[in-house]
Amino acid sequence: MGAGIRDKVAIVGMGCSKFGERWDVGAEELLVEAYEEARKDAGITTGEIQAAWLSTALEDFNVGKSALPLSMTLRLPNIPVTRVENYCASGTEAFRGAAYAVAAGACDIALAAGVEKLKDTGYGGLPNRTRGINSDMIRPNNTAPGAFAQLASAYRAKHNVKKEDLKKAIGMVSEKSHANGALNPKAHLQKAVSLDTILSAPMIAEPLGLFDCCGVSDGAAAAIITTPEIARSMGKHNLITVKSLQLALSNGLEAEHNSWDGSYFHTTRIAAKRAYEEAGITRPREEISLFEVHDCFSITELVTVEDLFISPEGGAIKDYMDGFYNADGKVPCQIDGGLKCFGHPVGASGLRMLYEMYLQLLGRAGKRQLKDPRIGMTHNLGGMPNANVSSVAIIGRLD
Amino acid sequence: MVGITSFGAYIPKLRLNRKSIAEANAWGNAGLKGMAKGQRAMCNWDEDSVTMAVAAAKDALRGVKSSAISRVFLATTTAPFLDRQNAGIVSAALHLGHEIASMDITSSQKAGTTGLIAALDIAKSGEDNILFVASEKRRTKAASSQEMQYGHGAAALLVGADKPVAKLLASHSRTVDFIDHYRAEGRDFDYQWEERWIRDEGYMKIVPPAIDAALKKAKLKADAITHFVMPTVFPAVTRSIGKAAGLADKALRDTLGDNCGDTGVAHPLLMLVDALQDAKAGDKIMVAGFGNGCDVLIFEATKELEKLKGPRGVKGGLANGREEKNYNKFLTFNDLITKEFGIRAEADMPTPMSALYRKNDMVLGLIGGICTACKTPQYPKSDVCVNPECNKTHTQEDYTFADKAAHVMSWTADYLTFTLDPPGHYGMVEFDAGGRFMADFTDVAVGDLDVGMPVEMVFRVKSVDERRGFIRYFWKAVPRTA
Repeated sequence: MGAGIRDKVAIVGMGCSKFGERWDVGAEELLVEAYEEARKDAGITTGEIQAAWLSTALEDFNVGKSALPLSMTLRLPNIPVTRVENYCASGTEAFRGAAYAVAAGACDIALAAGVEKLKDTGYGGLPNRTRGINSDMIRPNNTAPGAFAQLASAYRAKHNVKKEDLKKAIGMVSEKSHANGALNPKAHLQKAVSLDTILSAPMIAEPLGLFDCCGVSDGAAAAIITTPEIARSMGKHNLITVKSLQLALSNGLEAEHNSWDGSYFHTTRIAAKRAYEEAGITRPREEISLFEVHDCFSITELVTVEDLFISPEGGAIKDYMDGFYNADGKVPCQIDGGLKCFGHPVGASGLRMLYEMYLQLLGRAGKRQLKDPRIGMTHNLGGMPNANVSSVAIIGRLD
Repeated sequence: MVGITSFGAYIPKLRLNRKSIAEANAWGNAGLKGMAKGQRAMCNWDEDSVTMAVAAAKDALRGVKSSAISRVFLATTTAPFLDRQNAGIVSAALHLGHEIASMDITSSQKAGTTGLIAALDIAKSGEDNILFVASEKRRTKAASSQEMQYGHGAAALLVGADKPVAKLLASHSRTVDFIDHYRAEGRDFDYQWEERWIRDEGYMKIVPPAIDAALKKAKLKADAITHFVMPTVFPAVTRSIGKAAGLADKALRDTLGDNCGDTGVAHPLLMLVDALQDAKAGDKIMVAGFGNGCDVLIFEATKELEKLKGPRGVKGGLANGREEKNYNKFLTFNDLITKEFGIRAEADMPTPMSALYRKNDMVLGLIGGICTACKTPQYPKSDVCVNPECNKTHTQEDYTFADKAAHVMSWTADYLTFTLDPPGHYGMVEFDAGGRFMADFTDVAVGDLDVGMPVEMVFRVKSVDERRGFIRYFWKAVPRTA
């Protein structure tokens, strides 16, 4: 592994649109909403941005192909702008592109923006998407909940967990996130939901009920990145720097080789190990102040906290029962409400997670503010358990 | 001496309770009440004459090398494609290779017996291992008598001279343009004439002379026949024909009306398979097929019959049923009502013919790869081995997954996805000897599946491209039956 990106770039501005069923606006307005907050936070003009990355994943349903939608919408000064798409890790990919460009010295100030306009399809859930010719000929016509629900069957079998016990534990995952989201004015869903309501909701994909699934929302988020030196020259104090950015992709092992048992994310374990090494973290359960995982479904979160080595393997259920991940727990998870309450406008999600880490690290999180957090981690998981893109980003205070 | 060297059958797992037809429709057709006994076999939404043919053929080919098959015939009046060889789809699914002849036989209810006689004639010239399959999924109007009487099913016979389990003694064919029903080009349903006329002028006048002629050719007396296979939707008609031809009452085979129904072109062969499962060496089996004339074949069971243990046949098929009491499901599966499926069902998925042809083995044959370096089976076959300890390039040979034992590794029941039979069941299917892929499960009800459950692979309709009229076939997993 190379020297890594630890403390080579600083975040000087972030913005996030209100997430939700934004019937009144399209992708363009969402981008402007997020970008203007980030630009003002950074205290720069658009003319100072030297390169930009746009993340959108399901382009056929919203913004269209290429990075032109970002360049045109923000009237960027004819700078290099690149569109990235890597399933649900797309937002983090835009951030990675911008961070690497700054770290490489290719530019001084870079923008990462992500957006998705999902609520123009006419039906619930993520839009149907093309998957490639071969996949269409042989893969089931699965939905996202159906793909992730399978984790539950394999997790139960591996850890000898009763059906009702796992159902209750994943219910507590959602209960906790809804409690957090109730305090977040930018969240799509801002109501606390009782465990009874969660457990008795209609089934979507066995064993995931309605409240085990994240919402489907429109939204955008943006980050402005520069070097710590330039950030200081801009008058910034209490710098938030990137500690690590890691990505691990499946290579077919989970989907085609019998060595994977279906109960965990092979890629997330690899990305997490690399991210901790890059960030210099050796005891994540003690050193991570708070984190956001890709809680597209409650079972995804429960499995992921183990794959990020915060809970021991097979120990997540106990940690949720103990309130370890609650807002007042040892390592709060989804303090902003998570995908559960924000929904998952795919291109925006990774940046939305970083936005909350950034606010918390700067002490700007209002009613949700945790006491003196120093290291925040975000995680995205795109695709499905047997073939996916897993990203881990760690940011923290520089001092 | 040519004859039948192996046999197989397929009856769809779903059995529609006939009472459900009567309960829904007797308000307008009180006559249905009198027919509301037992069950009829019904295809799941993902079954058609081609998929049933593949299932029956697989049953007949247990223990037979697919490369040994010389020719494949498919008899049906309900072929999914009018111009794409349906027997060719069967051949691709069974991975019979390209160096074989194939033919669809159609346009009459006696296509099953007429085609079988042709196959036996070819065998007489010395060709062995001819696969003959008859399969039928007749679409009927709601609330019709035929909806009650018909069933879906398929039968497969292997024809040749190599140790036949039943040798052909004689056959006779008659061709009469007798129109008891017809179905014209572009029409969805049959047009029927009066049943009493069909009985008196059709069955009773056309079949007995054919029986006599066949008996003469075989130099047999009528009372020598131990099994008389004669499909009709009224057991009384079968009895009358038997009586008119001088056959013993006890020789009349059950027409499988109770829990299968008349499977059209497939039915004479389905009943023949049923008879073969009961027959002993020396038994004489007469098979009659009626439709715009009549075919009669006479077989004699041989000692080889006792050695043939593999096929599940009709007995196994009948035993592996699940009662369906929801008549609306039957209407939905057979496209007999206009139903709302939501916008999600609109997803457009064209099939590029060039890609399908390139991946023909992968899609239709479920052929994957096995790495010659590390022996890891994998699906799909690829240029680079998936085993992380190997990852060698260009080491894979063809590997057949369709007949390999497998089990459920993970599963779900998805209420969100579009399927004609929600919830959609799918999950990771892992092969015991190595290899896995995410597969649809079919013929399962909520609560059936669990991790570790043994499954087997079946050839089914994956989805239908309504806009372009194309049927996409692939393999799915079903719980393994004994």
